[in-house]
Amino acid sequence: MVKYFSNDTDIKNGWEHVVSAFWQRYPNPFSTHVLTEDVVYREVTADHRLLSRRLLTKTNRLPRWAEKVFPGNMARCVYIVEDSIVDPVAKSLTTFAWNLNHTTLMSVEERCVFTESADQPASTSIRREAWISSGVYGFSRPIQEFGLARFKSNQTKALKGLEHVLSDLHGEAAPRPLRDPVKEPLGKAKEAAKTLASVAPSTKPQQYI
Amino acid sequence: MNSVGEACTELKREYDQCFNRWFAESFLKGERGGEPCGDSFKRYQQCVQRAIREKDIPVDGLDFMGPNKDKPES
Repeated sequence: MVKYFSNDTDIKNGWEHVVSAFWQRYPNPFSTHVLTEDVVYREVTADHRLLSRRLLTKTNRLPRWAEKVFPGNMARCVYIVEDSIVDPVAKSLTTFAWNLNHTTLMSVEERCVFTESADQPASTSIRREAWISSGVYGFSRPIQEFGLARFKSNQTKALKGLEHVLSDLHGEAAPRPLRDPVKEPLGKAKEAAKTLASVAPSTKPQQYI
Repeated sequence: MNSVGEACTELKREYDQCFNRWFAESFLKGERGGEPCGDSFKRYQQCVQRAIREKDIPVDGLDFMGPNKDKPES
């Protein structure tokens, strides 16, 4: 049984800015769960599209009931592969990401398509889809529910993180490298995470998501 | 942002800076010709691929966008 989720959103930044920011979105105050980021493959095709593969490692935060049932899973972080295609002529960025480990517990596959907004000027449309499934006998339903809740929360963080990075470009005419990739002060990130926690719905404890 | 290989973070930053400049100033503007960051990419990859092997991260042999093949068009 697979849970499917899709969502369309627009952000008020031009497509070129969004795609440039896509490569520079980590770290940001909303990405404290992302531990490492690496490009492991890159190719410019003959028809001038950019193919990339990124490897991300993220913390594996589970609700307490799951920690008790699956103690072994706490030991390791989650490895995620994110493949992407940038087509600068069609002005589209398509990404597809999935986790490599902890897949029996939960498999999350996410596809995002970033295109120029058809009806709003200087805006970018983002279509996000996810497929979430669990192979654990007897627990697949609560795990999938948890997975979907965490995915939606991460999706909000991802958008906030991208907008945070984009806000550096406010008012600029042309995309440029946003900043030197200096590591954000840890205190600043923790502070931002606390602020996020204080406005999060009280039904979902922050530590799970 | 840190690399998965602790020793590779500096090489990653060097490559990222080169790539981000080329991406915004050349690639998006339609300039043909490959990415000029080949040297820094090579140094970075030597380091990170070794870290991936040492940590047994199962990223080898995966088809590009593999799981997307069985999904309907968005």
